[in-house]
Amino acid sequence: MNAPGPTALARDLVGCHSCGLVNRWPSTHTHARCARCHAPLHRRIPRSLSRSWAFLVASIMLYVPANVLPIMHVTSLGQVRADTILSGAEYLLLHGMWPLALIVFVASILVPLVKMVILAYLLVSVQRHSPSRRLDRTRLYRFTEFVGRWSMVDVYVVTILVALVHLGAVAQIEAGFGALFFAAVVILTMLAAHVFDPRLIWDDAVTRHA
Amino acid sequence: MLDHGGRDPVAAPLALGITALILFVISNVFPLLEFGLSGQHDTAYLLAGIRQLYAQPAPLLASVVLFTTVLAPLLHIALLIYIYLPLQFGRRPPAFVAALRLVQRILPWSMLEIFLLGVLVAAVKLAEQATIVAGPAAWSLGVLVIVLAAAATQVHPQRLWDRVG
Repeated sequence: MNAPGPTALARDLVGCHSCGLVNRWPSTHTHARCARCHAPLHRRIPRSLSRSWAFLVASIMLYVPANVLPIMHVTSLGQVRADTILSGAEYLLLHGMWPLALIVFVASILVPLVKMVILAYLLVSVQRHSPSRRLDRTRLYRFTEFVGRWSMVDVYVVTILVALVHLGAVAQIEAGFGALFFAAVVILTMLAAHVFDPRLIWDDAVTRHA
Repeated sequence: MLDHGGRDPVAAPLALGITALILFVISNVFPLLEFGLSGQHDTAYLLAGIRQLYAQPAPLLASVVLFTTVLAPLLHIALLIYIYLPLQFGRRPPAFVAALRLVQRILPWSMLEIFLLGVLVAAVKLAEQATIVAGPAAWSLGVLVIVLAAAATQVHPQRLWDRVG
């Protein structure tokens, strides 16, 4: 792999998160601001790893009730059925709608799991100053940032079904607590990815080669 | 991706912002889906769905849906117009910096494209037992998603700064 050149950090330069202007890092005070747009300057996202871990651990804990508790209760002709995330995908599969079953399975079950595993791997590898496959890890990070939001789809399905099916005696659909926990998992993993600073992956590549 | 030249950094986002505002209104005023089951008919509106979630009561869930499908997209559209309309006439809007920063922060939380996939999944789920017809809001939402995605790629804080800074 090509050795990257020295980072801006090593040369006392810092890019503004807001307007992109590259500023010289003032050595005198800690609360530096961008010369052009006055946004606060950070060399790296502050406390990136600990905050990212906090969001990730919280999302892992909520992942259990999100999958165990029903996301909706369907009352139809006097019968009540409870749907979880998994049984919703299974229902689509059993009724021959496998392209849709695949979408729901990937978005609701695979993506949150894969995202949590990737984030944990990125955090652990940065903390252990792992020198291996930095480019691949950066790509993994971009992938999780892009894909994580799509897990929200099941929450929206519940919302639309609730809006659509309120025929009183014939059928009624109510949102379950699983949907709330599930939305929380999606939001928390998004925040975990958001506060993770991918530049940390590369930081000690430079000190090693310098 | 690295920066590149391209279209007018002001006129294109402004046009997309105004188009998005019109489509946003249509998407919220007209029904998303029409539903027919054993002689009974019903229509689903986005806002009515959120109101029903509040009433169930699932207020937290309703707030998440309200924020990601109504408030965040509306804020995104409003900021586009707020930033680019004065710039079109050569003026810099008040709190320009804060507005630009807010656009970038709000973008990940505007989830209309995911909501649209949800509409599709819900429609197919129900299509077995009931008659489902896509309403005008479903179509306008489809176009709105494309317009907002285009607007997101047209906002270049760097180039704006090079112009006004």
